[in-house]
Amino acid sequence: MTTSQTTAAVSNPRPSSQWLITLVGVALLIIGCFLSWSYVPALLGNLSVNFFPGAIQIFMIIVGVLGLFFLLLRKGLFPGAHKLLDSARGLRALSVTAAAFMVLVVIVIGLQAPGLANADPGVFVTLVGALAMVAGSFRMPSDPTVDPITVHLPSWVEILVIVAMLTVVLFGAAYALGQEDGTVFSLFLLFLAGLVVALARAGLFSWFGVIAQRNRRVIMLGAFAVAFLFPFTQNGSDANMSIATQVLIFATTALGLNIVVGLAGLLDLGYIAFLGAGAYVSAMMSHSAFANIGWKPPFLVVVIISAIVSSALGLIIGSPTLRVSGDYLAIVTLAFGEIFRLTVNNLDGNNGPDLTNGPNGIPGIPELEIGSFNFGDTHNVLGIPLGRFANYYFLLLVVAAIIITVFTRLNNSRIGRGWVAIREDEKAAEAMGVNVFGLKLFAFAGGAFLAGMAGSIKAHQDVSVTPDQYIFLESAFLLAAIVLGGMGTVAGVLVGATVLKLLPEKLRFVADYRLLTFGLLLVLMMRFRPEGLVPSQRRALEFHEDDADLAERIEDAHIEAVTPMEGRA
Amino acid sequence: MTTSAPERPAAAAPTGSPVLEATGVVMRFGGLTAVNNVDLRVNQGEIVGLIGPNGAGKTTFFNCLTGMYKPTEGQVKFEGTVLPPKPRAVVQAGMARTFQNIRLFANMTALENVMVGRYCRTSAMALTSIVRGPKFRREEEATRARAQELLNFVGLGRTSEHLARNLPYGDQRRLEIARALATDPKLILLDEPTAGMNPKETEEAKQLIFRIRDMGLAVVVIEHDMRFIFSLCDRVLCLVRGETLIEGSPHVVQSDPRVIEAYIGKPDEDELEEEAAKEDHA
Ligand SMILES: Nc1ncnc2c1ncn2[C@@H]1O[C@H](COP(=O)(O)OP(=O)(O)OP(=O)(O)O)[C@@H](O)[C@H]1O
Ligand SMILES: [Mg+2]
Repeated sequence: MTTSQTTAAVSNPRPSSQWLITLVGVALLIIGCFLSWSYVPALLGNLSVNFFPGAIQIFMIIVGVLGLFFLLLRKGLFPGAHKLLDSARGLRALSVTAAAFMVLVVIVIGLQAPGLANADPGVFVTLVGALAMVAGSFRMPSDPTVDPITVHLPSWVEILVIVAMLTVVLFGAAYALGQEDGTVFSLFLLFLAGLVVALARAGLFSWFGVIAQRNRRVIMLGAFAVAFLFPFTQNGSDANMSIATQVLIFATTALGLNIVVGLAGLLDLGYIAFLGAGAYVSAMMSHSAFANIGWKPPFLVVVIISAIVSSALGLIIGSPTLRVSGDYLAIVTLAFGEIFRLTVNNLDGNNGPDLTNGPNGIPGIPELEIGSFNFGDTHNVLGIPLGRFANYYFLLLVVAAIIITVFTRLNNSRIGRGWVAIREDEKAAEAMGVNVFGLKLFAFAGGAFLAGMAGSIKAHQDVSVTPDQYIFLESAFLLAAIVLGGMGTVAGVLVGATVLKLLPEKLRFVADYRLLTFGLLLVLMMRFRPEGLVPSQRRALEFHEDDADLAERIEDAHIEAVTPMEGRA
Repeated sequence: MTTSAPERPAAAAPTGSPVLEATGVVMRFGGLTAVNNVDLRVNQGEIVGLIGPNGAGKTTFFNCLTGMYKPTEGQVKFEGTVLPPKPRAVVQAGMARTFQNIRLFANMTALENVMVGRYCRTSAMALTSIVRGPKFRREEEATRARAQELLNFVGLGRTSEHLARNLPYGDQRRLEIARALATDPKLILLDEPTAGMNPKETEEAKQLIFRIRDMGLAVVVIEHDMRFIFSLCDRVLCLVRGETLIEGSPHVVQSDPRVIEAYIGKPDEDELEEEAAKEDHA
């Protein structure tokens, strides 16, 4: 058989020494996790019970099981799997994760127990196991035959993989949100990052990228289902839903900004002002005692008006500035953000009309009511209570779905191609008949429209609007979410927004030194991955103009993803 | 190679009628007059060559014709109407170009590059694109089909999904031509379409230009390769230091001593001039 010949090089039936060392390491790692790590029960969750692993011990068991899986792949567990996954690279990343994780755990025990005298042997068994994995896996040869993007599996398997990934994401997010202990949360992040890196290095994600392109609709629906189900996992607890709602409104706004920044390539430093404009319009038309506009139309009308006001501002700012070259826009939008803040700060009746109530803002905005559905009430669905935040969460989910639809559909259309052409070479685009100014203005005003829409909901969810909610720093955070997550992708922005909102909520340190940590994070991103965590392929190419290998790889993956469709057509 | 000729672009004027009439075009950059009072008339179905030594102002003249520069003086008439100096209006009117230093959208696929060229001949706006009704899908499908057809026409049919930046040099030049053709031009301006090509590719490029002409388009081509120009063009215009030196049939231009002189230069005369310039400065 020919397959056995090609695999022979990799799956040598006689186990090599490094394979055995790694196996022993994995075994020790897992065994250690079933023993007590420290007899102080209050530490790191409870790690003091033998044969009953605590949370962070379960992380290591997962690492161990995955390591075992990689090891078995090298022995030919599945025929053909050697093309899909480079097990050696995966094992290396896993073992480094495990070692770093265990060193940290030992340090934490030393500091918090306090003293290493309080450590039980189990922690050292696992540590030694992790070190053995490092020793073994780093001498393991990589597999040159790996070529994940050419692997074709039946489409039901592909969909199963997507469903599995999304399920993992749902449980991961629920777990991370529910985690009270900052140290455990940090360790969880380390574990998660290590897992992602291991799978990426093994080549799973380049394969996943191809099947994701092929099954785009399944992913969209699946992700939406996961997000929809999330409140049902919270048992009516408001603590997490409040954070989730904040994440969602931040992500929704960032998605709108990503149309401007990521797709059209315009640097907008005052985007928060468009959100603010929407929020203020909505607040002024609400039933708040401090609202100064007498007309109180139904909320759906208010949403439209807020969006229109925002986009009108966008048109006013955009039409003179978008004709001149790029840098001016950044400065003008920066100034616009300040003007907006100062204006709402001053429209208090003393100088100019009494519209915004000045620095006090507009408090006491009542809960939203659409039809007879009041967003402040708790509703029971299938016996699961869904409180105030869950209500807003669902509404925001709908808005996010609208923005995502707008985003992806525009991106894959004549307009989207025009934007790419403008980003690539504005002069050439113009010479080929692309309406450069019109497309830029459309992106700018359209982004403002979406921000206005989100803002009108935010006003109700926040109960009050004040000028200091809409300061430059917020625009900067929105941009940071995009840069971190990835310009021009939906998934990237969702990841970026989640990280930036969740970290300060869960880690005191990040909350206290928010600017410092975000700044460092961005510097590191610029240095090592300027295209963001989940970049669009095109953006990755733009950031690596000289990387011929990358261009080849992306081209191959693209051809792989489009070929079957054309074959069918 | 598939050579299915794309359908002829919109209402073709009777052969021989002028498509482009540029009169008295002057382009000054500060004190430098890059193009000085140049006239050019291009008839339908004609291939006109534009030659001249480096820095003669050929590319600048193209930029004036296509609205990328606003000429200091003179006017550009296309099919009887004066064109505003706006690239988009020029493309809309039916004049497309390629660039001397290739200016493709490097990170787009070949097909997407050509599809961008269709921009000005399609109309899907925001709401249409978001709602995606049958009209949108029909237009998108037609755009794709036409782009693929043009790629086949220039001989890039099988590399449609390749990134423009990954294509070999000669293919990039042909892709630029396909992209320009996608705008349904009546006149196409080619700026050194064979620069960097080997003899075989150059010959293919010549055949391609003939096929473009046979579709009913007028062609203006800048080239330094004299054999290429004289075997291709119906008429040749030679620019020297921004001014028209001579215009006529390839045979006439080829045998004119001043053309040879302009390219090779009369060493002693050049030196004299340089000395004169030095004296002027002093
Ligand atoms: N934007 C500009 N600003 C100032 N000077 C310019 C500009 N564009 C061109 N020139 C000058 O105009 C003259 C003509 O340049 P042009 O590029 O048109 O020459 P060309 O005939 O195309 O030469 P080549 O055969 O080398 O391409 C040159 O002296 C050039 O330096
Ligand atoms: Mg030139």
